Amino acid sequence: MSTPFYVSPQQQMADRAEYARKGIARGRSLVVLQYADGIVFVGENPSRALHKFSEIYDRIGFAAAGKYNEYENLRIGGVRYADLRGYTYDRGDVTARGLANVYAQTLGTIFSSVGEKPYEVELVVAEVGETTEQDQIYRLPHDGSIVDEHGAVAVGGNAEQISGYLDQHHRDGMTLAEALKLAVQSLSRDTNGSEREIPAERLEVAVLDRTRPQKRKFKRITGRQLARLLEADGAQSEAESSEDTE
Amino acid sequence: MDFLSDHQPELLPGNKKLPPLQGAIEAPHGTTIVAVTFPGGVVLAGDRRATMGNVIAQRDIEKVFPADEYSAVGIAGTAGLAVEMVKLFQLELEHFEKVEGAQLSLEGKANRLSTMIRSNLGMAMQGLAVVPLFAGYDVDREKGRIFSYDVTGGRSEEQGYAATGSGSIFARGAMKKLFREDLSEAEATTLVVQALYDAADDDSATGGPDVARRIYPIVTVITEDGFRRLSETESSEIARSVLERRLEQPDGPRAALL
Repeated sequence: MSTPFYVSPQQQMADRAEYARKGIARGRSLVVLQYADGIVFVGENPSRALHKFSEIYDRIGFAAAGKYNEYENLRIGGVRYADLRGYTYDRGDVTARGLANVYAQTLGTIFSSVGEKPYEVELVVAEVGETTEQDQIYRLPHDGSIVDEHGAVAVGGNAEQISGYLDQHHRDGMTLAEALKLAVQSLSRDTNGSEREIPAERLEVAVLDRTRPQKRKFKRITGRQLARLLEADGAQSEAESSEDTE
Repeated sequence: MDFLSDHQPELLPGNKKLPPLQGAIEAPHGTTIVAVTFPGGVVLAGDRRATMGNVIAQRDIEKVFPADEYSAVGIAGTAGLAVEMVKLFQLELEHFEKVEGAQLSLEGKANRLSTMIRSNLGMAMQGLAVVPLFAGYDVDREKGRIFSYDVTGGRSEEQGYAATGSGSIFARGAMKKLFREDLSEAEATTLVVQALYDAADDDSATGGPDVARRIYPIVTVITEDGFRRLSETESSEIARSVLERRLEQPDGPRAALL
């Protein structure tokens, strides 16, 4: 009889975390930013059909980096959770905090169960409030922890570097065009510091807009509307970039 | 699609066996719903009365609801069950849209409602029927469409105008004489208020505009831009102008004889 290899629990967890982290870093980054009238989601996504961002409920949006089939699974689970809550109780009883908790439980259980491979995903759950102060953004890494974020957050790819850039440049009360411009700038910085151009048709953009008269605040920004917003920031970018150099 | 029955079947209405019935159940009933199409969209409206036998159960009940961005449903029949059915219908449409990333076709929505009415047949046979009117803007065909139902879930598409509920006979008569193919949105909203006035005139279970309590019909418009419910000021203005003309001519506008 052969003796099985002994692997210490510390080592086992470290290996699993390493595995998940590498998987997430392989995907493209995406960013979630607060702006004056809500929260904007921006990411590079060559596919028109497989979305990285989607609507969960009236005021709640979802963003995910990593393996598509895994986060799609979690997304549908989240929609199911939210719809069921809203139907059983009231639409107002569906909150991002509750949803983030459910995701944390799910991710945590999968991460520590020996039989399953850990999910290679990192999620962002965002809820737009009546005012900027009431906005909530939660980041959920692969191991089931929850990080309460403010202002701007990046996940996937070289998220650390992008986060650093966003922390320096993001400020409260930006317009949508300004926030979008900052997001695209941060995404187009490569790991080696060089910049590359991301064409508009490769961008996936969605907003949770608190000024929308409908109950459901989530909206995708595509085509002409996106082009117009990107153009609007072009006019301002010259003025601002001159400030940057000073 | 039918995710409630897969996940939490106990939440579904109409799933429980009813005890054997002794006499009729008294529950509030909603009455008249009318709909009219016009080039570019459709108008769906309802009166505000709920009755329980000979008693007015509620004066300001709301019987017209948005089903999603491009459709609305108006309900006649047992109010409690109908409201529950609409809630479930809204949930299913929204859930489908979010999971699939695309809206159901208008036909698909109409068919789904048909199945839901049929599942209520047991209750309907005990006197708790729900008979809705479904109206929506078909984004593929670029026009407003109306679907009516019977208690067994039978669905039929209506051309031009339709009505359901106890006052529907009178409302339909009024609309038949007033309807034209080239109505504007403003004319269509006036037409439905006229039809509801005529229904209230001849049917005791339908409520007319209540000027004293400021209760006016609910009027909704669905166009390319989506669902919109007329504000209270807007619908009161229409109701008041209709009422004013009726003071001179109680039977309303006259159609030409030939």
